[in-house]
Amino acid sequence: MLNFSDLLPYTDQFLKGLLTTVELTLYSTLLGLILGAVLATARQYGSSLVAGVVSVYVELIRNTPFIVQLFFIFFGLPSIGVMLSPWQAGMIAMVINLAAYSTEIIRAGLGTTPKGQWEAAKVLGLSFKQTLLRVVMVPAVEKIYPALTSQCIIVMLGSAVLSQISVPDLTYAANLVQSRNFRSFESYLITAGLYLLLAILMRKAFNMIGRRVFSYRVIK
Amino acid sequence: MKFKNIFKKTLLIAASLATLSAANIVQADVLQDIKDRKVLRVAVPQDFPPFGSVGLDLKPQGIDIDVAQYIADKMSVELELIPVTSANRIPYLQTKKADLVISSLGKNPEREKAIDFSTPYAPFFLGVFGDKEIQVKSADDLTNKTVGVTRGAVEDLELEKIVSSNTTIQRFEDNNTTLSAYLSGQVNLIATGNLVAAEIAKKQPNRAPESKFMLKESPCYIGMMKDESALQSEVNSIIAAAFSDGTLNSISMKWLKAPLPEGFGA
Repeated sequence: MLNFSDLLPYTDQFLKGLLTTVELTLYSTLLGLILGAVLATARQYGSSLVAGVVSVYVELIRNTPFIVQLFFIFFGLPSIGVMLSPWQAGMIAMVINLAAYSTEIIRAGLGTTPKGQWEAAKVLGLSFKQTLLRVVMVPAVEKIYPALTSQCIIVMLGSAVLSQISVPDLTYAANLVQSRNFRSFESYLITAGLYLLLAILMRKAFNMIGRRVFSYRVIK
Repeated sequence: MKFKNIFKKTLLIAASLATLSAANIVQADVLQDIKDRKVLRVAVPQDFPPFGSVGLDLKPQGIDIDVAQYIADKMSVELELIPVTSANRIPYLQTKKADLVISSLGKNPEREKAIDFSTPYAPFFLGVFGDKEIQVKSADDLTNKTVGVTRGAVEDLELEKIVSSNTTIQRFEDNNTTLSAYLSGQVNLIATGNLVAAEIAKKQPNRAPESKFMLKESPCYIGMMKDESALQSEVNSIIAAAFSDGTLNSISMKWLKAPLPEGFGA
């Protein structure tokens, strides 16, 4: 009943799709987390105006479906003259989405920083920037690191939706192959397996990075 | 074994006898019947705009209705419309409940065994459509261009066969997404059916897609009972008249927002 040999001619498609998904995930994770950290700082320590603007953004993104955000960027923005390629639109949607969620997660980490640390840093003559980057940020991120990892993986999995606006990602490849040889069970089984593999690899990579970054505690 | 053979033979003889006698009874001339009755009964669609649907005044309207009216007028008889579904339009003809089927009927070998067809009266095709500014006349002109299409649709498969690898095919999930991509300007060329293109032209006249070239054609024919040569030649000559006096073209303009494609009816 199962026939995977029908998929062999499409190996190229799957590999290209996989590559696109990996590429999109890599960039959007990097940009999304940086943006998230900046916005989390703004929301936690900024003026009430800045914090307000950030929280509007965060709530807007966290309370609307990803696919609607994507369609808005791809199909909606052209009517005000912003024309983006499918790849750009997908990328921006992913960054905006991850940034909103990671803002909330990182802010939660920042919120747990004991007041005493800020005071101690101040006494030592550290500026706000120095305190944030050298004292507060790393332990804050460490506390919420598992949640942050999961969120990045969720965004990677969510990128499957980009196939709807014809971004040639892994799901696009699966849909295309399935529409050609009607081997839906096999196509989607393989695709699901590849996503699973990606998710596991991502978690491993995050753990590895985490071990390096948070090794300050280890007394050598 | 023997008994089975005899049984089979008997059945065969019975069947052929039945066919013979039926053929004897059905010697009537449908065209003569129409003229005697002074009523032309036409099976038309009721749920397939722009070919046939129910208008706001609850009257049937569409290409098929206009063509039926034209034929009835030319025959100088009254028109009686019989709303049918696509599944029962041929049975209506075979059971003599209708004289003609004008119901966006396409031709194929199975149907040709059952009924006869006129010459085509309306275009029905898959093609590449797009912005008026873009000069595209064939698949070769699509080099380095992007075409939007609904994944897995017939037009997707047809397009893939003829374009070079330098053409980008952007595949969308469903027809609506493909349309959105065209309407928002994300793609300026799409492969789709002429009915879909007509629908866009109706809703967004400023973005009306122009037909560039055909991918696959299956025009609409009028269906009628087999071996009614008098009726068939009458209908064909009326269609030829409608073609030359511009009626077919104006019907196409009215309902499909596009002139008849080049080479239509040839």
